[in-house]
Amino acid sequence: MKFQFESIADLLSMSGHGPYVWGAYFVTFVAIATLIYIPYKLKRQIVAQVKRQQKIEKPAH
Amino acid sequence: MNWQWFHRLGSPRWFYEKTSRWSPWVGTLALMTIVIGVIWGLGFAPEDSKQGNSYRIIFIHVPAAFLALAGYYVMAIAGAVGLIWRMKLSFMVMKCAAPIGAVLTFISLVTGAVWGKPTWGTWWVWDARITSMLILFFLYLGVIALQGAYQSRDLSNKSSAILSLVGMINIPIIYKSVDWWFTLHQPATLKFTGPSSIDPSMAYPLLIMIFGFYCLYAWLLMKWTRLEILEQEQKTNWVKELLLTGGIKSSKS
Repeated sequence: MKFQFESIADLLSMSGHGPYVWGAYFVTFVAIATLIYIPYKLKRQIVAQVKRQQKIEKPAH
Repeated sequence: MNWQWFHRLGSPRWFYEKTSRWSPWVGTLALMTIVIGVIWGLGFAPEDSKQGNSYRIIFIHVPAAFLALAGYYVMAIAGAVGLIWRMKLSFMVMKCAAPIGAVLTFISLVTGAVWGKPTWGTWWVWDARITSMLILFFLYLGVIALQGAYQSRDLSNKSSAILSLVGMINIPIIYKSVDWWFTLHQPATLKFTGPSSIDPSMAYPLLIMIFGFYCLYAWLLMKWTRLEILEQEQKTNWVKELLLTGGIKSSKS
């Protein structure tokens, strides 16, 4: 098994198919990153909400 | 027969605690296999004799399409279990499977279009496989829409479950579309019966990517379901305790 490209420029251009291949990988990366990010954002919101609720129920002295 | 395990399976708290332990492993495995698969597929797999380098899109296109379909099974089965046994956790899984499946279907459609341009000379054709995948995308969107359509959670769960079960009819159509209508999309590359039409030097990274995407899917579904549990159970004591006493640290992974 050997590396198929002569140089980094060659890897990026992929003999003309580079924009398609790298574009497809980029779109996939962004889409999956979004799927990972949403639960993190939601978690912060829920924690804040529960904390707020707690303050209403048990106000600090 | 002892059915205790089955009832425990329906407990959101049990699920949350179990997946706290599993999900870091599954996530690490997904990350490792996908990184290996991407490097192998982009840099080391040989160029295709007919399609040149554009075929390297296969290493994300096929795994995403696999999981778009497998994810539909997960959603429909979770919906059916929820309908039959009125299991709350099962409806949560169904609800979370919809956006994940929709994004995977979107990925397979977009990467397919991008692959189509240099290979077929067009971004889009109304080919049987592509059209049935587009219907799959709309089915996922339909379930997402139904989840937000009713005030009552019970009603939206039941209607989403019924829609996903009815939509199951599309699944065999997608599988068979490349054989029934011989249009533009190439037939299956990997076959479970008989020899595959792909060289091992390309098949290994592809299989690694499919495995990686399965792990990624499992990890994402756990992550989303855990959040759904926190959201729906935030009034319960165990969730309050978990979120207010530094439980956030342990569930970060």
